[in-house]
Amino acid sequence: MPIALETQGLEKHFGGIAAVNGVSLRIEKGARHALIGPNGAGKTTVINLLTGVLRPSAGRILLDGADVTALESYKRVRRGLARTFQINQLFLDLTPLETVGLAISERMGAGAQWWRLVGTNAAVTAEIVEILGRFNLTDVMYERTGNLPYGKQRLLEIALAIACRPNVLLLDEPAAGVPEDERHEILATVAALPADVTVLLIEHDMDLVFAFADRISVLVNGALFVDGAPDEVARDPRVKAVYLGESLDA
Amino acid sequence: MPRSLLEEATHRLATRARWRPLEYVFWLAAIASVFLVPGRHLILTEVAWLALFALSLDLILGYAGIISLGHAAFFGLGSYAAALLAKYGIVTEPVLALIVAGLIASVLGFATSFLVLRGSDLTRLMVTLGVALIMREFANQIPWLTGGADGLQGVIIAPILGMFQFDIFGHVAYVYCLAVLFVLFLLARRIVYSPFGLSLRAVKGNPLRAGSIGISVNARLVAIYTVSAFYAGVAGALLAQATAFASLDVFSFERSADLLLVLIIGGTGYLYGGLIGAVIFKLMQDWIANLTPQYWQFWIGLVLVLIVLVGRDRIGQWTGGLRLLAEKIIRRVAPGATALAVPPRQGR
Repeated sequence: MPIALETQGLEKHFGGIAAVNGVSLRIEKGARHALIGPNGAGKTTVINLLTGVLRPSAGRILLDGADVTALESYKRVRRGLARTFQINQLFLDLTPLETVGLAISERMGAGAQWWRLVGTNAAVTAEIVEILGRFNLTDVMYERTGNLPYGKQRLLEIALAIACRPNVLLLDEPAAGVPEDERHEILATVAALPADVTVLLIEHDMDLVFAFADRISVLVNGALFVDGAPDEVARDPRVKAVYLGESLDA
Repeated sequence: MPRSLLEEATHRLATRARWRPLEYVFWLAAIASVFLVPGRHLILTEVAWLALFALSLDLILGYAGIISLGHAAFFGLGSYAAALLAKYGIVTEPVLALIVAGLIASVLGFATSFLVLRGSDLTRLMVTLGVALIMREFANQIPWLTGGADGLQGVIIAPILGMFQFDIFGHVAYVYCLAVLFVLFLLARRIVYSPFGLSLRAVKGNPLRAGSIGISVNARLVAIYTVSAFYAGVAGALLAQATAFASLDVFSFERSADLLLVLIIGGTGYLYGGLIGAVIFKLMQDWIANLTPQYWQFWIGLVLVLIVLVGRDRIGQWTGGLRLLAEKIIRRVAPGATALAVPPRQGR
């Protein structure tokens, strides 16, 4: 299988602390890859490095075989790398209609047009309505995003990433903080993502990870610890040790 | 007949850009002022260029979240540019000179935009303030060109479009400034309600996310900062043409600070804030100065303190309250219409 996303010896130091230490990941095209690890293992830092929010101290990032290590965030998006955030990062004053429209306009290269009014691009509008429909957001699409219930905001978080039409999608704890009775909607959405989209999922919920992933990487103290198929990882005594909070030497 | 989802979505996307009844009222009142108060045209001219200047600040503060305490840098450059173009007969026709002066200011805006891309509000305040101070000192140091501390004398402004000569009562100047304000307002309105304008609001609301959906945050900020500098330059050029004079105080700190005050009085992020603020500020200044010539700065200062104590956000709410009242009235007259675009809440 071709590799959609790869890191080689990725490192990130904050002061003297190595938050990410020599991570080499290979994510195959179309994979459902999960990145797990205890709190503070550096998972979100890895995502921030992959998307260009942070610059790595060392190492390389390859997207579809091309080196994107020095590329700015927005350019990586244009190359098909999109993400969601662990804590909602939405435009609270805009409506979901406008929010999703932003991403679609940008992808179509119409985002910087200043001479036409918003809403006059039929192709953009049609796609907004389609995506919001797919994510069950039609009934709230004219409301101010900041006024939406948390579960709906969480869905919009994913819808916005999908609107970028990514080849590789990074999901940072998509179900984090969602009440139990709204969880199934998020999980169903994640399960229904297009098969040709490569997904890297960061998640604490092990049920979700094992139901979703076909490959799991375990990150501990900023370093890749175990990398394999779900049943291998589940059987690995070292992983159990980590998740039970025991030290590695014990 | 029920509208299809697509039609409804198209309609809703265009909502912000739709003209509100109060906007017509505003501009009709502006036109009416030309005929109804001819004796006040001199001060109304000042209101008009100040409104344009405030509009230029609103473009970056209200729509892109860039705060500036040195917008006079562009105003002043436009002012000197227009005066010099006229004095040396380089571009004599005022409208053309206005555009050239605006473009010159926008070059400075583009060049200094890179300084405001990074950093907090405090950094931006200091950097913009610094640029304006540098511009003032620069103008002071080349008296052979700018006239230094004496100001630029001997400027003669040709008739507008070769037809309308400026008069001492400010009649022509007021109509001219109002016309320029209206045209540039229409352009600004187009810009803020375009996909580009929407992306600015996204950048202001959450730059991290804006970058994560493919928006080139820096390029958008550079673009609007440059446009804003053009507007400020044109405002400064209007002042120079209306008074046939330019002096160092076009760059002064007070000018930048007053501008911020104007915009805070009127509210940011709905385009009319700078216009309404300019009307209130100038008329208040004029009224208080007539009342107590020695102490007008005391009253202006008091108003400033009160406004800051009440809070920037709540100012938006009381102007919002006025709009709500207007909407109630309008709903009686014309049901289904809304009065003015409501400024985006700062709520987070």
